[in-house]
Order: sequence, then structure tokens, then C-alpha cells
Amino acid sequence: MPASFPELQAEAQRRWQELTAGSQPWIRVGAALCGKAAGSDAVVAALNNSLERHGVKATVSEVGCFGLCYAEPLVDVQLPGGPRVFYGNVTPEMADEIVASHVAGGQPAPALALGSLGDGPSGISSINQLPMKAKEVRIALRNAGTIDPSDIHQYIATGGYSALHKGLTQMTAADVLEQVNVSGLRGRGGAAFPTGNKWRFLAGSKAPVKYILCNCEEGDPGAFNDKGILESDPFTVVEGITLAGYATGASHGYIFIRHGHEGPVRRAQQAVRQAYDLGLLGKNILGSSFSFEMEVAFTGDSYVAGEETALMEAIEGKRSMPRFRPPFPAQSGLFAKPTNINNVKTMAYVPEVVARGGQWFAGIGHDKSTGTAILCLSGAVQYTGMVEVPLGITLKEVIYDVAGGIPSGKKLKLLQTGGPLGGVLGADKLDLKLDFDLLRAAGAILGSGGIIAADEDACVVDLTRAIIAFCQYESCGKCFPCRMGMSHLLEVLERICRLEGGPEDLALMRNIGENMQAGSLCGHGQLGFNPVSSALRYFGPEFDAHIKEHRCPTGRCREPRFSPSRSRR
Amino acid sequence: METLNQRIAQAIHHQPQPTVTVLSSLLAVEDALGYIPVEAVEQVAALTHATVNDVWAVASFYPNFRFQPPCPHQVEICWGPSCHLKGASGVIAAVLDALGMAGEGDTPDGGLTLRYNTCLGACAQAPVTAFDHHLAGRMTPEQARARVQELLGQPGGENRHAR
Repeated sequence: MPASFPELQAEAQRRWQELTAGSQPWIRVGAALCGKAAGSDAVVAALNNSLERHGVKATVSEVGCFGLCYAEPLVDVQLPGGPRVFYGNVTPEMADEIVASHVAGGQPAPALALGSLGDGPSGISSINQLPMKAKEVRIALRNAGTIDPSDIHQYIATGGYSALHKGLTQMTAADVLEQVNVSGLRGRGGAAFPTGNKWRFLAGSKAPVKYILCNCEEGDPGAFNDKGILESDPFTVVEGITLAGYATGASHGYIFIRHGHEGPVRRAQQAVRQAYDLGLLGKNILGSSFSFEMEVAFTGDSYVAGEETALMEAIEGKRSMPRFRPPFPAQSGLFAKPTNINNVKTMAYVPEVVARGGQWFAGIGHDKSTGTAILCLSGAVQYTGMVEVPLGITLKEVIYDVAGGIPSGKKLKLLQTGGPLGGVLGADKLDLKLDFDLLRAAGAILGSGGIIAADEDACVVDLTRAIIAFCQYESCGKCFPCRMGMSHLLEVLERICRLEGGPEDLALMRNIGENMQAGSLCGHGQLGFNPVSSALRYFGPEFDAHIKEHRCPTGRCREPRFSPSRSRR
Repeated sequence: METLNQRIAQAIHHQPQPTVTVLSSLLAVEDALGYIPVEAVEQVAALTHATVNDVWAVASFYPNFRFQPPCPHQVEICWGPSCHLKGASGVIAAVLDALGMAGEGDTPDGGLTLRYNTCLGACAQAPVTAFDHHLAGRMTPEQARARVQELLGQPGGENRHAR
């Protein structure tokens, strides 16, 4: 007999109390992809060594991404009942110092600390005063970097699964759908389609087998928030998918992710398994009449697998190539059954929307863009990382306040938003607000939330060539205007980079681009000319310098260039 | 000692997830062996009621599959736009030079595989390189050269099937 939800909560609370205010300090180490790349493994080893040498006991947990990727490896020390104190850019040597002074000695090390969080004297200013934290409103990321992503009890202790419990005990499926509808939540995968509408299509079908797919393919270079959420708080995604299943009357859920992203894959699999263990997935969830099954499914390396119909092909075990529409997925999708697809970020919001009500969510954001944006900041900015800010703040605030501006006194040249197909925005567009519709009207997209900044040292022709090299490599090859068009665009751009282009090349590229747009089944070909057309729109004179004067103003085009082999096997 | 066919059977008949397909079976083989031998294509076809042609079609589409036993070491260099802007080209040049190679692939002695990767997922730490599946951010050409030379001097690292 599985435990009732209040019993689960009580047990989770007891464990949380023991962890945060028990007998031992709790040391959390950022160990998402960003933490790993910064060397968190060596820091964890050094912490454990040091604890043993000092003869002190402490719980060391590898947590997800707190958002301050620039400061990874991030170590956060909490003495029993005390505030959390964060240390950034921790080296193995610093780890030893932190253990000696803070963990063994009970004295935080203000000289090393980034900030603190929570009540109690620490003599260290709040971490929320940091530029990257000051504007944050954390909904989907509410637990990221705070809970251990391998322990479902910590999620339950911090309020997790109360939304599903509320949904199953106090709300009908239609009530849950209505709250999502009222929230104005729009899809965070790129298309920004209203989630409530999408769910209604699926809810309208009476088929006995219906699927909810959660897309974490996330192949966009510059975007890591889907993987970041799965690595930091996979439980909110699993709970969100389960709520979507309840609201739409679906029977099965899939989390879809690229094989090889080990951290996010492992976390997602653990979260699903633990939910089954506690009766939060499977038959008669929490004693209700609602049953829902879930599993993690994989694609191989394929960017186009993130396209919704290509994704279904991959789950079916085939080449990830897009399908013709109609039929639309809500009528005939995965295994020819009615299917709904949402992005990881969209699903991650759902528990809070249900727990706090659609009106609350709709009160955050700007106009028809409700809620927050989960941004991945990379490239030429002071602070790189993953932040969740209310929609409606300007790009200027994002770049100069949140990300701390451009390092080394350089000037911002352009932003690449919404993935490689999103195109680039000139630096004169910084007054634009983060709003799905305003950005689209300006010829850019918020897309998956990746924002790559380039400073004045970057050559726009070289960057466009690199982006098209990516698009060419990732074309699945099904539609020849995309397959051949991308190859031709890359040839022309490589020629311009060699300073051997001619004036006819610009018209040639436009011609190729128009054909790609008209003759491709999915966004990869349809939007594939965006990187070139947007670069030409903002930086025409720089192309002219390469073509007419045979010179590269930044000199970047003189550097060696590498692209992977031209074709998939 | 298990035969190759036994190892393949072990991998594809014990997949933990309910949905078993051509692709999931190939990925299971890759996890277990680090490559897709011809024998695996035949076994996967039999298991999934597909033709050998169907299986090859899937295996040849995804560039993560290889068809020869893996090299003991693997280096993956990210060349996505973030990493490109932050100097991935210099890292690639240094690694190619250290290996005496002109592009991605296996070294002639079969000691190391070099792959270019479109995104390793740690863009905030660009440029990113993975040495034997361990991510390393803010890579410089000098560091990359040193790490590769270090790897070449080591007997055997973790290859993909040790994941």
C-alpha cells in the first residue's frame, strides 16, 4: 500500500529538516554541464579529502545549475540551521580553505564568498544583490541549484507534487486545463503557441491511447536551459508532464533527449523511476482513478530531431526526418495516436501554474507574453549563465544589467537570439522588450532563450559562415532545397570569407534562400536563410567590404577555418 | 569470455525502457560496445522485425554511430557559434597539429578519435572540449595541446561504452 500524499510530505519534511538543520553541515556543489566543464569533479574530490583530513562530517551533494555559470565551480555551504554561503570559481585549493575556515571552523570566509542566502548572520551580503540575480523571478528554476536532483524527497519537501495532489483531489481535468489556459502560458520551444489551446486539441480526442511528449532535444548551440532544468530539477518536468496527461486524458508520456547528454539523461531517468516508486506515476496515481506511464526516449545526434514530427520518427526508431502535415500530431502523431508536444521549459512551469493559479502567472510578464523568459547568456558578456527574468524587460537590461555588459571595454556588435535559425540582431535593437510578438515583429525570435553576444572583434561574415556550416551539417536531407541550398550557401559564404566573392553572390544567396523557404517541410529549411538575411540587413557594408574591397575589416577571416565533414553518412 | 554476438544480445534484449525500436537497440549496442558491428545490425533487424536495410538506414543517419571498434581515447571539440566566437578554431588547430591530422577522425595508429561537436551544452564555459567524455571549459590552444599529448601517453582511457 503506497503512502498517502500527506505521509509522503511528512517524510520528505523530516529528511529536509535533518539535512538543513540537523547535525551536519550541507555542502552543495554545482555539477550541471556548466559546473562539470569548470572542473566540479576535482572540487568534489578536494572537498571530501579535506573533510576527512579535518575529521569533520558533512553531507556533500552534487546539485544542478544555480544560474551563475560564470562562477562555476560554485560551492555553497550551509551550517545546520544557518544561511547558505556561496563561493565562486572554487579551485581544489580554495575548497580546502573553505572546509578549514567555514565547515570545520564555523566561520564563513568573506574574502572568498560571492554572497549568502537565507536568514542568520553570515557577515556576507545577499547573493540576490549580484547583477545576475537582482532581476530574477524564478518559477521554472525555483529549485535549480537548491535541491539535489537525484532525490525526489527534496523536491516534495520544497512544495513539489502538491500541484498534482491538488489537481487529482480538488480539480477536474477540465479545471487544470482551464488554469493553464488562463495563465496565457505559451510554448517555450520557439513557436510560442498557447499551451492551453494545444492541450485542448488533445483533450478533444477520445482515443484510449494518447501521448504527451516533452522535447529536450535542444540542439541549438547557445541554448542549455532544457538540459539545465533536467539536470537541476527533473521532478518539476515529470510533474508537469503528468499534469498535462491528467488535463488532456493522455495515457503515456515521453521525455525525449539526445543520447550522450549523460547528466540530463541520468537525472530524467532517476526522476521517473523515483516517481514510480512513490506511486506518483503508474496505475491509480495517489489513489485516484488517473493512471499515467512515462519513459525517457532517445535520439542520436540530430538537430532536426527537435522538430516535432521528426521527434516522433526518432521515438519510433527511424531517421529523424520531418513528416508532412496534415495530419497534425493532435490527430495522428506518435505511433499514429493523438499526440501533444511541449518543450521542457513549458512543462517545468505547469506545476506552479496549477498550484498558484493561472491568474498569478498571467500577472507576470508583458502583454500576451506571460510569465518569465529562461535565458542562456553566452559569448562576449561579463557574466555567462542561465537566468529566469520576467518577460517585458529590455534586451539592454539583459545585456548590460543581468550579464554585466561587454568585457574589456569592447563594444557590443550583435546578438544571436533564438538558436542558429533565429538570425542576428544589430546592437541598435537593444530597446526591444523580451516579448514573443515584439521580437518576431523585429525579425528575431526569442526561441529557446539562447542569447549569444558578439563584440566588435567578431566578423559578421565569418560568424554567418559558422552558423550556416552548422545548419548545413544538420540538414536531415529529406527536402532537397534545404539539403542542397545549405551546401550552396556555405560554399558562397566560404568564398566571401576567402575574399574571393563577387557582387553577384548576394543575389545568388537570396535566390537560394527563397527556394529553401518555399520548398522545405520544416523550419530548418524554411528559416534556414534567416542567419544570412538578418546579417545582410544589419551589416550590409561589412559584406560589401569583403566582396567589393576584398578585405575583412576585423581580420577574422584571415584565421584558419574548420568545419566538420560536409555530409552526414 | 562472451562472444561478440552474446554481448550484442545481452545489450539489446535487456533494454530498460518499454519502447524498443531500431534506434533504441542501436544506441544500446553503442553503449555496450562503443560501435555497431555488422553482427549487431543483423540482430537488431531480427529483434525489431525490420530488414537489415532498415537498420543500416538508421545507423548511417546519426553521426554518433561508428562502425569500427572505438579508439581508447576520444577528444570532442565544440564548434557551435558560442565556442566559435570564443576561439574554438584555435583549439581545433592546436589539436590537429598535436595529432598531425588534417581533420576529424581516428589517428593512424588507432589511439585517439577526434570529433567536432555542434554543441556540448556548456556554452557559458566556451570554448568547450571533452577529453575522454570529461568536459573542460574555457579551453586554450596551449591547454588543449597539452591535454591531448597527455592522453596519447596514457594506455587506455574511458571510451564510450564505459559511460
